[in-house]
Amino acid sequence: MASVSVQAERPGGLLQRPHATTGFWSWFTTVDHKKIGILYGITAFGFFLIGGSEALLIRVQLARPDQTFLEPAVYNELFTMHGITMVFLVVMPLSAAFFNYLLPLMIGARDVVFPRLNAFSYWAFLFAGLFIYSSWFLGGAPNGGWFGYAPNSVTDPSIGMTFYAIGLLIAGIASTVSAVNLAVTVLNMRAPGMTLFRMPVFVWMGLVVQLLLAFSLPVITIGLVELLFDRLFGTHFFDVAAGGSPVLWQHLFWLFGHPEVYILVLPAMGIVSEILPVFARKPLFGYQFVVFSGIAIGFIGFGVWAHHMFAVGLGPVANTAFAVSTMIIAIPTGVKIFNWLGTLWNGDLRFATPMLFSIGFIAMFVIGGLSGVTHAVVPSDYQQTDTYYIVAHFHYVLFGGAIFGLFAGIYFWWPKVFGRMLSETWGRVNFWLMLIGFNMTFGPMHILGLQGMPRRIQSYPASLGLSFWNMVSSIGAFVIAISVLVFLINAVTSFRKPKQMEADPWDARTLEWSTSSPPPEYNFEEIPVVHSLDDLWHRKYAETEGGRVVPVAAGGSGEMASVGDHVGGDGGAGHEGGHAIHMPSPSYFPLIAAAGFPIAGYGLIFGVPAVVVGLVITLAGFFGWALEPSAE
Amino acid sequence: MASLEHSVAPPVSDHAATSTGLPSLKLAMWLFLASDCLLFGALISTYVLYRGASTTGPYPSDVFDIPFTSVSSFVLLASSLTMVLALAAIQRGDVGRSRVWLLATALLGMAFLGGQVYEFTSFVREGLTLKTNVFGTSFYVLTGFHGTHVAVGVLMLLTLFTLSFAGKITQDSAMTVELVGLYWHFVDIVWIVIFTVVYLIPTNPGPGS
Repeated sequence: MASVSVQAERPGGLLQRPHATTGFWSWFTTVDHKKIGILYGITAFGFFLIGGSEALLIRVQLARPDQTFLEPAVYNELFTMHGITMVFLVVMPLSAAFFNYLLPLMIGARDVVFPRLNAFSYWAFLFAGLFIYSSWFLGGAPNGGWFGYAPNSVTDPSIGMTFYAIGLLIAGIASTVSAVNLAVTVLNMRAPGMTLFRMPVFVWMGLVVQLLLAFSLPVITIGLVELLFDRLFGTHFFDVAAGGSPVLWQHLFWLFGHPEVYILVLPAMGIVSEILPVFARKPLFGYQFVVFSGIAIGFIGFGVWAHHMFAVGLGPVANTAFAVSTMIIAIPTGVKIFNWLGTLWNGDLRFATPMLFSIGFIAMFVIGGLSGVTHAVVPSDYQQTDTYYIVAHFHYVLFGGAIFGLFAGIYFWWPKVFGRMLSETWGRVNFWLMLIGFNMTFGPMHILGLQGMPRRIQSYPASLGLSFWNMVSSIGAFVIAISVLVFLINAVTSFRKPKQMEADPWDARTLEWSTSSPPPEYNFEEIPVVHSLDDLWHRKYAETEGGRVVPVAAGGSGEMASVGDHVGGDGGAGHEGGHAIHMPSPSYFPLIAAAGFPIAGYGLIFGVPAVVVGLVITLAGFFGWALEPSAE
Repeated sequence: MASLEHSVAPPVSDHAATSTGLPSLKLAMWLFLASDCLLFGALISTYVLYRGASTTGPYPSDVFDIPFTSVSSFVLLASSLTMVLALAAIQRGDVGRSRVWLLATALLGMAFLGGQVYEFTSFVREGLTLKTNVFGTSFYVLTGFHGTHVAVGVLMLLTLFTLSFAGKITQDSAMTVELVGLYWHFVDIVWIVIFTVVYLIPTNPGPGS
């Protein structure tokens, strides 16, 4: 539709902007934060299925002792790709999907501050993922672990770790750009009255995560550049013989890698902090404490990295200092746990699927957190380093924590994004299967680790007595796979049902529920004016003197803003309301600019001409971007 | 749909005053530069860590020509002045003067880059390459990374210079010039740190000498 009425300054055909905002091709040029959020979500979920399949292959290999199902070399590739995929291509972009979709809605904005830059971030992330995965077909996947420890990552003769370095550099550019964009959005695009301390906790966690990204990614970027130079140009950054130091890689990696842990888990903490109050029908207990704990975690997160390196031999002073800072960071995390419990306490609890996943998150994250504290004790850590105990720990934090939280968010916001509810029955099946499968898979790894089973080995002899728990763990992995299958069935069948388009199906508290489901392109007919924390709730309910919550006469759930009824009077500009609201036009250039990166990356590996081609494409993309009409 | 009249639509970010009162582009540039600080921080740390760790020569004292690099450093720092003058001119609405200063800034930047190319070639001639030792490795990557930043800045300056002839750089777009200026000053300040740490603070000769 979008017939264009005014074309004031249009320099030439080449720089015309596309107009379509619906249809298949519009997804390639969209700058709408909601569409980009959906793209992030679908892409990340696709990688989740791939990364999960890699995990299943690993578990098949380890199910019984002395198996030869996978060659050791393939096994190395699989556990490396599983780690890279789940960290960089699943949890980070799935969180980015929620941030993209929700941050503008939650602060009462019409889009992010730089919509085209947002599209650029998505495409660069997608190309980074495809680039890394293309290594399977172009000479072998990365095989040095997701942490890529030097000097192994430098001297390994296969091509995989070069793909690793370049792919993660591209993903890093995508994340840094996105971090700046979203941070400025939160700081600068808030609706009138939306002061910092009226922002939902999810928005706060979003802001903290973006700042963590902006300040930790540059460190790994330099590490990756040094690795790449060592591999491609014969430099000596990590070459001991020439005076270099492989420990430098570990510092650079973990100085990024530990903030990264909070980058992965804070979004889930934000999601849970939104869901618990809705299903307990109580405000979040100690909002300020939750916010400040999140900020504290962000700061202290930069001071604990060497607890990943206790066994390296940094010396007792360094080890003690990092042991102490690691124990300190458990405090703000613990504060949050108690705030969530306080929110549930005496609440009018509804155990819908998002609530189940949220409670699952808290329980599993506590287990992961406690095993984490055991690593802070240096002598204990010496025993645990490079054993399955570590594998158990970080899966409790990143799967039991991040993934459970993200699933809670998927069930919670699905009706907002697609205008349809997911089935509660399938949801419950999904939750319980995942909870049981998860604990079957990763619980026994604590025992295996303490029995001394090392990480990253392709097989183990039957005589070690590790067979039983490994079999339990492998069966659990398939239970998780079935639970994900249940989710997929739930997701697909939800589209068979008619759209309900209910604005506020959960009787929720934050601004995104005040607009229609799914929201119109411009999000809000009128930018809301915010008067308090949980503004929507206070528009719907008031408290009597006795402390009882009663509906406000004019309010009530589902009553708010249904845009479909609201066709404006003037000029047949469209059959929807909001036609006077100018939204930024779609653009080809974010896609073009991002497309240059993987081409330049292939050039670095296979031949210099492609580097030039890639850089020219990216540069042309940026120039077209800067010069096309109606700059953002 | 809602994208009607899109070519004259004001940017989303200009619909209202921003929440912090700071222009969004400027805030974004500051955040980017803060992030960029850590890129240089990691590289400078690498250089400092490997100071004196080379097992073979040439060592820094064998190749550095401090007077020459001082002059090229002065050229780069002088370009900050011309950048300030370019911004001041465009804020007054004096496009012609601004154009001259933009070009001057770009030329000074290119002179610095020329100096770096000359320096690199003479070092290579004296036997110091990327592969020679960890000094060569960490020196070339750090200063080359900075040189790349300068080159990107020169590209942006020349773009502004060219656009000014198309009437695209006016008093209203002073913000664009200011943003490029922020980047340019940042690159200059980083060079002060690099020049001090790499060139001026003497390094112990390696264990081999």
